[in-house]
Amino acid sequence: MNALLELRDVRAAHDGITVLHGVDLSVAAGQVVALLGPNGAGKTTTLRLAAGIHPAQSGQLLLGGRDVTGVDARDLARAGVCLIPEGRGVFPNLSVRDNLQMMTFTGRTRAEIEEIAYTRFPVLASRASQTAGTLSGGEQQMLALARGLATDPAVLLLDELSMGLAPLIVTKLYEQVAEIARQGVAVLIVEQFAAAVLGIADHAAVLVRGRVELQGSPDGGLRDELSALYLGSSA
Amino acid sequence: MEQFLTFGIVGLSTAAIYAVIGSGLVLTYVTTGVFNFAHGAAGMLAAFCYWQFTVGWGWPVPVALAVVLLVLAPGFGLAVERVLMRPVQHLGEAERLVMTVALLSGAIAGARWIWDPNVPRPLRVFFADREPFHIGPATVTWHQALTMTVAVAVAAGLWFLLNRTRTGTEMRATVDDRSLARLTGADPLRAGRVAWILGTQLAAVGGILIAPTVALDASQLSLLIVSAYTAAVFGRLRSLPLTFLGAVVVGCLESYLTGYLPQNDYLPGLRLAAPALLLFLALLLFRHPRLRGRDRRLVQVPAPPLRGTLVFAASTVAFAVVLATVLGEADLVTYGTIFPLGIVALSYIPLAGYAGQISLCQLSMAGIGAVVWGHLGSHGGLWALAAAIAVSAAAGALIAVPALRFSGVYLALGTAAFAVVLDRWIFTLPSFEVLGVRIALFDQGSVEMAAPNLFGLRLDSAAELTVLAAVFLGLASLGVAWLRRSGFGRRLIALRDSEAAYATLGGNLLVAKVLVFALSAGIAGLGGALWGMQQRSITAEQFNLIAGLPIFLVAVIGGLGAVGNGLFAGTAFVGPNILIGLASWTQNIISLLPALAGMGLGHSPEGIISRFRREWEPLGRDRIALPALLGALTLGWVLRLTDVINGWTLLLGSLVLAYALRGYASARQAPQAEPDVPVEWWGVRRPWRPQDGEVLARGTAGS
Repeated sequence: MNALLELRDVRAAHDGITVLHGVDLSVAAGQVVALLGPNGAGKTTTLRLAAGIHPAQSGQLLLGGRDVTGVDARDLARAGVCLIPEGRGVFPNLSVRDNLQMMTFTGRTRAEIEEIAYTRFPVLASRASQTAGTLSGGEQQMLALARGLATDPAVLLLDELSMGLAPLIVTKLYEQVAEIARQGVAVLIVEQFAAAVLGIADHAAVLVRGRVELQGSPDGGLRDELSALYLGSSA
Repeated sequence: MEQFLTFGIVGLSTAAIYAVIGSGLVLTYVTTGVFNFAHGAAGMLAAFCYWQFTVGWGWPVPVALAVVLLVLAPGFGLAVERVLMRPVQHLGEAERLVMTVALLSGAIAGARWIWDPNVPRPLRVFFADREPFHIGPATVTWHQALTMTVAVAVAAGLWFLLNRTRTGTEMRATVDDRSLARLTGADPLRAGRVAWILGTQLAAVGGILIAPTVALDASQLSLLIVSAYTAAVFGRLRSLPLTFLGAVVVGCLESYLTGYLPQNDYLPGLRLAAPALLLFLALLLFRHPRLRGRDRRLVQVPAPPLRGTLVFAASTVAFAVVLATVLGEADLVTYGTIFPLGIVALSYIPLAGYAGQISLCQLSMAGIGAVVWGHLGSHGGLWALAAAIAVSAAAGALIAVPALRFSGVYLALGTAAFAVVLDRWIFTLPSFEVLGVRIALFDQGSVEMAAPNLFGLRLDSAAELTVLAAVFLGLASLGVAWLRRSGFGRRLIALRDSEAAYATLGGNLLVAKVLVFALSAGIAGLGGALWGMQQRSITAEQFNLIAGLPIFLVAVIGGLGAVGNGLFAGTAFVGPNILIGLASWTQNIISLLPALAGMGLGHSPEGIISRFRREWEPLGRDRIALPALLGALTLGWVLRLTDVINGWTLLLGSLVLAYALRGYASARQAPQAEPDVPVEWWGVRRPWRPQDGEVLARGTAGS
């Protein structure tokens, strides 16, 4: 399969401490890849690196076959890489409408973006002039996810979409993610809680201490091996 | 009625200027998160440049306007953004605040250097040759009409920019979350640049419009902006419409106070202080949510060792004894102030360093202490010094109560407003009686300061006063060090780290804040009284807000957590006067120095003292170099006393010797000075060595 986003033997460090020791990952168009692993495994760093906010020490980042290692986050965003960061990827002091306005960088007008966002998440329409920081957690996450919808990204990177949210809302949000992937977007999801995301993932990779320890289809034996990795014995 | 309308028009046209300046302030705040204390100073500089071009060099008005507004103001804004703000962007609110305070102080000193403050510089109003027109019974000059038109245009333009363009939204988004802004295709650097350019241009427009109606004076013009601050605070530093409303309230209030305030000795100052009073009230009445920021880094406050502090206090006194014996009476009047001003600077340590409360009115507290000594201490009794400390402490406690509601930049603003109210009104009052007690302040002139009487010994000479001040500085440093080690000191640091956590742990915010404000105001009052004794007579100007800024800056550069800051700040603040001995033109450079040093803060945010200590520690621990240095210093001192060598030789000789011995001491300690890397960092902070495996194996075997 043709990989849209590819990480080749990527190493990265925080304050001189190496946290990624050569990670290989690839996501094809229309594919949902779940990146799982315990705390501190380097999942968030992997995503931040793929979005260009975190520099790579070595290795390559490829987008549609082109080497984009070291390209600024801003230009990657314009090229179609959309990262929804951990914990509410919204501007808390800006109104919902202004947050949507910030999504106009790909050429869509604000009116178009508002229409897309309000159709998918009708609750946002009634909150249009409210400050984003005062929305509920689920609403903020919807607003953040609206960027993934409205900017037509080629690659969608989701970091802990489920954090702090009720299970019902998480299920709804993941339905939307699956819908986005069906339109041909390459989706890479980071999750701590595997159950929710494995339902929609085509492929899963488990990151432990900065290395991909396990890869495979969630339908195969991955689930069992995964619990073994998390719990230390086969459950 | 006609008079009422006329004052109304005057008020509205002033309000228009405040609105323009205030909206610039709001613009930079919402888009960069920096509350620019130097905003007024930028307007002041623009007004001076405009004067220079039109009156000084006779350029046509449109050319001068274009150069100032389209070339100089954007250039200045860009320079500020690039040189000052970008290095401290990742630091805390306090550091960014210090940068703008340094800029304010530096701009005033610079303007006084370039444009001699003793030369009057009249500026013509715009359209001075056109007849004023009438609206009903009121007369409106063209300058007033122009001012109001500009304000309306600015309001409309800014509203459109911020709410209707992507650039405006990007600017506001950047201050929320820089990396998220990059993820949405925005350029945070560009947003910051646009904000600084526009903000400076607005300040320049305001400065040029207001300058013809007031005297062209550097500090007056910079502080006129207090009114614009008030307007911005009405808008909670965010809302442009409310800022305009606030400007109208302030402008009209000032105008009507001029027209209708009864004439007596006590009230003229009230008119001048009205904007500051209103600022204080506005801060109190409106809730001021902080911008939700995500980057906050607190500097560590090391606990000073008691023995080290004792040695430090003793050396402070020894230093004073050397100064007092080596320097002549005239020089001591200058350099003796190292110690009392050091005490004032030390007062920042518990307040700003431990408790994290930024106060800009410490020198005003010193002024209160000085005045109390002036009136009560005329017989020199030491009880009056205690009274001076007590009264300043009470004044400090008084600020602490409203300060409970502020934090961060709002506290700095509130204390600055308090200082301005004192400068313009309270300190200018003639003596008055409250409940039969006569209260006298500066009595509209100077206050004579008596020499203290130490158990029958009159300390009259500059040398005795210097040593006395040094003894008090040593004691105060010890006290502050002891405070840091005490339970209350730890509670203050907890309060600084998180007020909410402090309260939930059962701490009482009110008590803690009142105590720390009172304590530091008491220390400042002590410093003020001692300083006054050295000066023999004091005036209110010596204790005003602008005079206090350099001391604050020097204290911040030293490092607000360091107990040694008293002596450091005093020396760093007074010491450069030595240049005047070489050439008198250096006076202006000296007044610019604290500001320049403050701007360098971005490069060593933890303060100079901690670096200083690191560099000199090897010498202090060396068993050969330290006695050698002390012996040589004593010898030099004796030689100077017996007039074998002069003061310069002593100073330069000591410096050269000290640096040479420092180099010697650190070289001697270098071999075993390999940094002690904890076991878990082996192979990370230093390369892995073959013998490390052996060491680990032995360690885990439990030998």
